[in-house]
Amino acid sequence: MAFSRLLIANRGEIAVRIQRAARELGMTTIQVYSAADEDSLAVKMADKAINIGPPHAAKSYLNIAAILEAAETTGAEAIHPGYGFLSENADFAEAVEAAGLVFVGPTASTIRTMGDKAAARAAAEKAGVPVVPGSAGRVADFAQARAAAAEIGYPVMIKASAGGGGRGIRVVESAEGLEAAFDQAGAEAKAAFGDSGLYLEKFIARARHVEVQVLGDGRDAIHCYERECSLQRRRQKVWEEAPALALKPNVREALCACAVRLAKSVAYRGAGTLEFLYDDATERFYFIEMNTRIQVEHPVTEMATGVDLVREMLRVAAGAPLAYTQSAIRLRGHAIEARINAEDPAQNFRPSPGTVSDYRAPGGAGTRFDTLLYQGYQVPPFYDSLIGKLIVWDETREAALARMRRALTELIVEGIATTAPLHQELVEDEAVRAGAFHTRWLEDWLSSRQRRAAS
Amino acid sequence: MAQILSPLPGTFYRKPAPDKPPFKSEGDSVAVGDVIGLIEVMKNFVEVHADAAGKVAKFIADNEEPVMAGQPLVEVS
Repeated sequence: MAFSRLLIANRGEIAVRIQRAARELGMTTIQVYSAADEDSLAVKMADKAINIGPPHAAKSYLNIAAILEAAETTGAEAIHPGYGFLSENADFAEAVEAAGLVFVGPTASTIRTMGDKAAARAAAEKAGVPVVPGSAGRVADFAQARAAAAEIGYPVMIKASAGGGGRGIRVVESAEGLEAAFDQAGAEAKAAFGDSGLYLEKFIARARHVEVQVLGDGRDAIHCYERECSLQRRRQKVWEEAPALALKPNVREALCACAVRLAKSVAYRGAGTLEFLYDDATERFYFIEMNTRIQVEHPVTEMATGVDLVREMLRVAAGAPLAYTQSAIRLRGHAIEARINAEDPAQNFRPSPGTVSDYRAPGGAGTRFDTLLYQGYQVPPFYDSLIGKLIVWDETREAALARMRRALTELIVEGIATTAPLHQELVEDEAVRAGAFHTRWLEDWLSSRQRRAAS
Repeated sequence: MAQILSPLPGTFYRKPAPDKPPFKSEGDSVAVGDVIGLIEVMKNFVEVHADAAGKVAKFIADNEEPVMAGQPLVEVS
């Protein structure tokens, strides 16, 4: 199944990232784009680019027929779906294979089992992986949701079965708020993923978000250790690190081993991530979901292990066995990623699309900036606000923090607001420096900062 | 005749959810502050409130149409 013409069914910084890996493997890159992305960096960099429709994602990046037609027109042999959009859509994976092309990712049936969060929970339970208490799969309607919430006990979290990236998620404190939140989450899930299916989970307030990176070739599977993504706002990760901060070596071994067990049990192919909640107090971890795709924060793992995850995805999709055995994967030093979004942290994170009038990327030792930016680029309003990821690596976390502080001073983005000032504050914060946080820490910190500013 | 303008660039929606009826239809009466649609900007949904009262004469922007900030969405008479 070797291929040399790769179509990238995505946009933004991840499209650029995939093109880089593909080019290093000698592949020809074919970039699809919507009418709003004609001037994007991904289009400029690609060997070939093809328009697949209007700005609205449902009519372009989520339009399976248009993407397959573009693949046929351009003679693509494989499709990389990136993250978001169609990356966890089993029907898309199936349609790609049915068209005689390679889908860069797991099989459609693995996506169905592991990509559907409710089904993944069941698979995890079967494999003996601890899970957070929740509904038995999807809830069919509001009446079922109400019954499930009563059984689990409030507060509960409503989540999109097809979800990812924090979309379609609501925390509900009591029965009164359930119906409105259920409708909103369903609508958001439908808009983001084309599937309004929801499930419920008990909400654990003070947990860390820890996730294990796995790689598989359909025969064997390995882990590339874990990341910690506890700094979140509205369930969206803001700042990620590798390795996680609070894990004792024996807990780390148990966590990673159980992730590999689950990956092996489904003969996993490609890059995947198993997400867990970790409770410092009890040192227990609970599986929450699996993402059957490359993740936004994959670079921290790449920096801390030296493995090129996207290149490895492409290699195994082309039929090659994993290039690594488990014992070849070594953690070295510490990596941190700061997500730079086109949002104004001084205005309650108001989206800030518009023209980038001045731009300078950070650089230097142990510093990586994955971005869609160039000077003069007009950031469109139609898609995610992520415009760049600033990743640093150093021998120790303390040194990595110093490097992040230095790199942030080099980043210049004028003309639009970005979240870089937030990261400048975080890098100086005592709790962040001590790694003393949990998944609600950032929201608490933001609201107390707002109160300080108001008084 | 007054026009209600989009406060932001993004995608205009006339319905709160794909399977729900539109906020307003032509001929409906509108009060100041009524929600007439949503703008999706960078995956955030922002309500568009009427700043004029009267009756919906016509929708200038279609459901799911990309709009610029300041673009007229609805004509109110």
